Amino acid sequence: MMELLSLLSYGPDGWGDELLSGTVLTIALAVCTLPIGLALGFLIALAKTSEEPTLKTAANIYTTIFRGLPELLTLFLIYYGAQFAISAATNALFGFPVEVNSFAAGMVALAIVFSSYASEAFLSAFRGIPRGQYEGGYALGLPRGATMRLVILPQLIRLSLPSLSNLWLILLKDTALVSVIGLAGILRQTQIAVGVTKHAFFFYLLACLIYLGLAVVSSLGLSRVSTWAERGQGGHG
Amino acid sequence: MSDAAFVATAAIPSAAPPPSPRKHWTGSRIAGTLLMGIWIALGIGFAFLIVGGYDAEKVARYLPRIIGGVWVTVQLVVLSVVFGAILSIPITLGRLSYNWVAAPLAFGFSYFFRGTPLLAQTFLLYYGLGSFPDLWKSLGLWWFMREAFYCAVLAFSLNTAAYQAEILAGAIRSVPRGQWQAAASLGLGRYATLRKVILPQAMITALRPYGNEIVLMIKGSAIAGIVTVFDLMGETRYAYSKTYDFQVYLWAAVLYFLMVEVLRRVWDAFEFRLTRHLRRDAV
Repeated sequence: MMELLSLLSYGPDGWGDELLSGTVLTIALAVCTLPIGLALGFLIALAKTSEEPTLKTAANIYTTIFRGLPELLTLFLIYYGAQFAISAATNALFGFPVEVNSFAAGMVALAIVFSSYASEAFLSAFRGIPRGQYEGGYALGLPRGATMRLVILPQLIRLSLPSLSNLWLILLKDTALVSVIGLAGILRQTQIAVGVTKHAFFFYLLACLIYLGLAVVSSLGLSRVSTWAERGQGGHG
Repeated sequence: MSDAAFVATAAIPSAAPPPSPRKHWTGSRIAGTLLMGIWIALGIGFAFLIVGGYDAEKVARYLPRIIGGVWVTVQLVVLSVVFGAILSIPITLGRLSYNWVAAPLAFGFSYFFRGTPLLAQTFLLYYGLGSFPDLWKSLGLWWFMREAFYCAVLAFSLNTAAYQAEILAGAIRSVPRGQWQAAASLGLGRYATLRKVILPQAMITALRPYGNEIVLMIKGSAIAGIVTVFDLMGETRYAYSKTYDFQVYLWAAVLYFLMVEVLRRVWDAFEFRLTRHLRRDAV
């Protein structure tokens, strides 16, 4: 037991620092993906509520495709597809291929997956807001942008928060997949540690527990956010 | 009344309806046309990639393997969903009970398998548990733990059991308490109540989430390709590693997409059929 714990020490012969850096990278990936995914998801939801048929169809194609593909495959499509396209383009332009950054590829793939689910969350939240709210905003002389920002968005956040919280937890778990394209997140560092020390069960269990810890911390944080979003509802006096 | 209508039609002579306003190129129309253009261009581009990169030898060598991979994926999903459903029954009972041993155990199981990535769970089971060959040999289970396919089925079953238990427990909780009380007042036992009164109502609530869970399982099963199982993803990765030809991933994308869409449509039809007694408009 002590031998196993000493494997976690911080320094050249322990794996504590590697696992910590993997955890930091995983968190950084998830945190960087979130705003892109949210913004993209919001725009797609707007497109789906639009009266313009081409815009609606384009948005529906996007969500149908990316909700129908395995996340892992989306990751490969983005990573190898971008590599294929970018190295061909840079080879033609400058005469040498450019490598695709796996962090960026992971971020784009996860943001695409996140946004296609988030757009559904926003869409059902949009449906939960009565038309009178828009009309009230316009009747007060607010322009469209201001009505959206000041009247609709605060309600939208409250209505979509439960689904979005869930999607955040899913995003956190999906970050495990980027280890497959060689990004040194929690799981990749664990794999390296297993390769060297041969303590597979110990290290993979540890990786699961780190993920579980992140989920617990997220849940605590999200419940505070939810309290904040519900503050106008008069639930607790 | 008719006089008034007559006066009105006399005062306002009938005229052709005003011409419909000319369609403007609004911002959303431009954006929509542009985006559709991108989709169409991408579609044509991929079609060119597949047609232009068509290589009879490559297709003959890898397509049968990839089709075989589809069959392995189907087996993985069906076995995992069925075993998961069986395993989810005791977990559901634990989730619904107030027993101080069963309830926390079921909660812990469910929390662990829903809170950690499926990929990490699969690694834990296949590489982690597989690193004790002596133990499994002495238990006579080494044939099972040695095989990546069985380990993947085990990992997926445990994972989906946790989700299915939450679905089932949630559905049972959603049936109003009055249903239990009414059945009890009719003298039905707890088991008969559950089977004849509660479950038929709960299953209707659970239908949609069950369908979503199977779709998630099809998509999640791609992970098996990483632990050396030659399912659709495994075969695709193999073909890519041999050819460095990007289009194999496009084939895989089409096949996964077809599987998910077919299941979704079949499930919708299934749900439509099972809930036909709930629709008033359907005669």
